[in-house]
Amino acid sequence: MARINLEHIRHAYGAKPKSEEDYALKEVHHEWNDGGAYALLGPSGCGKTTLLNIISGLINPSEGRILFDGTDVTQLTTQQRNIAQVFQFPVIYDTMTVYDNLAFPLRNRHVPEAEVDRRVKEIIEMTGLGGWAKKTARGLTADQKQKISLGRGLVRSDVSAILFDEPLTVIDPEMKWVLRSQIKRLHKQFGFTMVYVTHDQTEALTFADKVVVMYDGQIVQIGTPAELFERPRHTFVGYFIGSPGMNVLPAEIAGNTASIGDQSIALTFQPQIKAGARTELGIRPEFISLGREGMPVSVTKVEDIGRHKIVRARFADRPISIIVDEDGEIPAEPRVTFDPKAINIYADSWRVGGEA
Amino acid sequence: MMTNKQPLSQRLSWLVPTIYIVFLLLPIYWLVNMSFKETSEILGAFSLWPENPTLRNYRVIFTDPSWYSGYINSIIYVVLNTVISVTVALPAAYAFSRYRFLGDKHLFFWLLTNRMAPPAVFALPFFQLYSAFGLIDTHIAVAIAHCLFNVPLAVWILEGFMSGVPKEIDETAYIDGYSFPRFFARIFVPLIASGIGVAAFFCFMFSWVELLLARTLTTTDAKPIAATMTRTVSASGLDWGVLAAAGVLTIIPGALVIYFVRNYIAKGFALGRV
Amino acid sequence: MEKTWNNKAWFMVLPVLVLVAFSAVIPLMTVVNYSVQDTFGNNAFFWAGTDWFLDVLESDRFWDALTRNLIFSAIILAIEIPLGIVIALNMPKRGIGVPICLVLMALPLLIPWNVVGTIWQVFGRVDIGLLGHTVTALGIDYNYVQNPIDAWVTLIIMDVWHWTSLVVLLCYAGLVSIPDAYYQAAKIDGASRWSVFRYIQLPKMKRVLLIAFLLRFMDSFMIYTEPFVVTGGGPGNSTTFLSVDLVKMAIGEFNLGPAAALSIIYFLIILLLSWIFYTVMTTSDAQG
Repeated sequence: MARINLEHIRHAYGAKPKSEEDYALKEVHHEWNDGGAYALLGPSGCGKTTLLNIISGLINPSEGRILFDGTDVTQLTTQQRNIAQVFQFPVIYDTMTVYDNLAFPLRNRHVPEAEVDRRVKEIIEMTGLGGWAKKTARGLTADQKQKISLGRGLVRSDVSAILFDEPLTVIDPEMKWVLRSQIKRLHKQFGFTMVYVTHDQTEALTFADKVVVMYDGQIVQIGTPAELFERPRHTFVGYFIGSPGMNVLPAEIAGNTASIGDQSIALTFQPQIKAGARTELGIRPEFISLGREGMPVSVTKVEDIGRHKIVRARFADRPISIIVDEDGEIPAEPRVTFDPKAINIYADSWRVGGEA
Repeated sequence: MMTNKQPLSQRLSWLVPTIYIVFLLLPIYWLVNMSFKETSEILGAFSLWPENPTLRNYRVIFTDPSWYSGYINSIIYVVLNTVISVTVALPAAYAFSRYRFLGDKHLFFWLLTNRMAPPAVFALPFFQLYSAFGLIDTHIAVAIAHCLFNVPLAVWILEGFMSGVPKEIDETAYIDGYSFPRFFARIFVPLIASGIGVAAFFCFMFSWVELLLARTLTTTDAKPIAATMTRTVSASGLDWGVLAAAGVLTIIPGALVIYFVRNYIAKGFALGRV
Repeated sequence: MEKTWNNKAWFMVLPVLVLVAFSAVIPLMTVVNYSVQDTFGNNAFFWAGTDWFLDVLESDRFWDALTRNLIFSAIILAIEIPLGIVIALNMPKRGIGVPICLVLMALPLLIPWNVVGTIWQVFGRVDIGLLGHTVTALGIDYNYVQNPIDAWVTLIIMDVWHWTSLVVLLCYAGLVSIPDAYYQAAKIDGASRWSVFRYIQLPKMKRVLLIAFLLRFMDSFMIYTEPFVVTGGGPGNSTTFLSVDLVKMAIGEFNLGPAAALSIIYFLIILLLSWIFYTVMTTSDAQG
């Protein structure tokens, strides 16, 4: 178990990066707490896997240092860092039995055979692969294979951290829940530091204590699921998390008033904005109320998705989404009000605070 | 302490293919070296490169019809063979990849045994058969004889590529109202274009390198370049320089073909079907 | 893939069938015909039954040639397969080096077989060849024209030069089909270089290695052109392989009966090998 510090890490796959654009991973400077469960969330190609491979030592970062419990491990091999990693597609050793697959990482580290046997049996028990132990791993289904991959990580009880790279991609939906809760239980039981890469927000939000949202090679926000929901630091986080994502509307800010088109909205604070910045107002669909009072909108479409309805509408000539209760009615001349506490103001896509 | 840098053995791994390539290129270099020397220089003092480089040997080949017609003959029957092999193999490979029919497995096996048949066994009967049809010393005779091993090969390679194309594509095309020939030419053939390329490459290769049958079935008019060379070795008091130049020229078409299909070679081999 | 039963597919196979029948079946019938008859010329033939077969099977000439063939195949397999694996393992995986290696390595495969023979005939000559000259200069007595051992060594080096690339290309194709995640997982699991080879690379190469092994066995078993050009079967009969002997018998000596009988025996051996080849291939396919 270890605390992991990433110090000014940058990485480019090309030999000589010239501009900021050449970096697959822009500067990352961050600490991962010992025993924490982190989810790395972001769209494909945002640098999640690069960051993960830098932590595990499969990639050497172009710049920066990595510390495990304060010791510099940047130059150490994966093996010396004592990391376990589970990949997107199951990796199993076809010709070995399930038992030997699980024993492989231990035997490579010359663990005494009695200890190997004890730990492998424990993992077999836990993953429910008992009946397969003596069979070769070739004929197993994808989720059984992925369980073996997980097992090979878990069998080493002394690892510094376990990294998961979208491990549930090839698993059937109902098995996903089972495996996810198993991983979560194991994390509680053993308390290892865990980093979990995914592009699925539900997976990230239900799984992790802290979610790290990445976008275009940088970390845009680290926070609890509630923080990501209520105070997205970047408009991308607003779009990416939530269903539907946050409404982001271009707005003029003057003092503590925001104007969108010919509508003015009073703010509870006065944003500090540099001159010339592009300003936007963000409000989640959950915090807009539709009724007979407020600012006029025109409804274009209503989607009923069970427990609530999503109303697609145009406000000040911009598309917005509003979430309405299942039994909430939509008036003939609809008007909306924004919950003032839930309004975020963005300058050049980054959230700005202000004086109340 | 070991670092994350690659260990020495990995940093030196490029040496292995490099040494191997040097080993491959040395004899070829020697041939090229000889082709730029006068025969007297070859037989005289031993030297690693031509002291008085000359193009005489190449000039001899390009001006003497008995030499250069050999190249033309070889290329004619190789191209003929490649076209025939791939054309007849296409529908057969489609049948093997899409349908089950009476005796299909036995037929496939029988085809493969022909790929394995030693050409030496066929040399004499071929000669007699083609004599009976008056085909001796024609390009088509060699082209058809080489079908013996190239057609099974082409069927085998193409079947592999075709099996990689999902059957749903065929069905969708039929639903969209395509007739079979139109579907085959417009949709299917473009889909397996790289397979056709690989098959054609191997047909070209095996027809180009084969000599026993090509020599047996030809006397003068369709004689391949490779056979012209053997004759010169025995007859003309060994003009080493011309022989070397002729050898160098036989390497060039192969080298060109490899260069054009270089991105497909690995894929063709990956199918494990040669 | 689920295949549908359709006997009309025979029409699509028909062109292949006609062509291969013309170039394989009819000639083969001629061979069978000769193998059971005797002739005194002038197209007068007599039934000879199994006499020619017995003649061939009882002759030392046949067994000697067969033994030479088997020894030759065993030696070149023992060299080419491990060498091919080692080279393939050390090939670059990406970058400009890949096409360069592939093109240069494939080069010997596309040289006409008798030119391969000529190249080595020249290369090995003591007077004008780089190899022969260098070896002699090192004080080693080497002459492939007179010494049977030198002739064998020359033929073996030539075959290694000619065909190892086939093994390399097949193995390389097997290796590049292994996803990176396997190597990464092996690093995470702390596997040694040997374990990576034994448990990841070798299992993935199994199928292509099998093909390489069988192809090299068959082709070396049928070798004709290269020894014919380099040594002409000599010195003495020391490099007279089955194919060389067969052509000598049929075209050189015009000894049709024995040649035909030898052809059929030869062909049956090949047929047996092909059957083993096919069976092994299809069962390994079935295992995935």
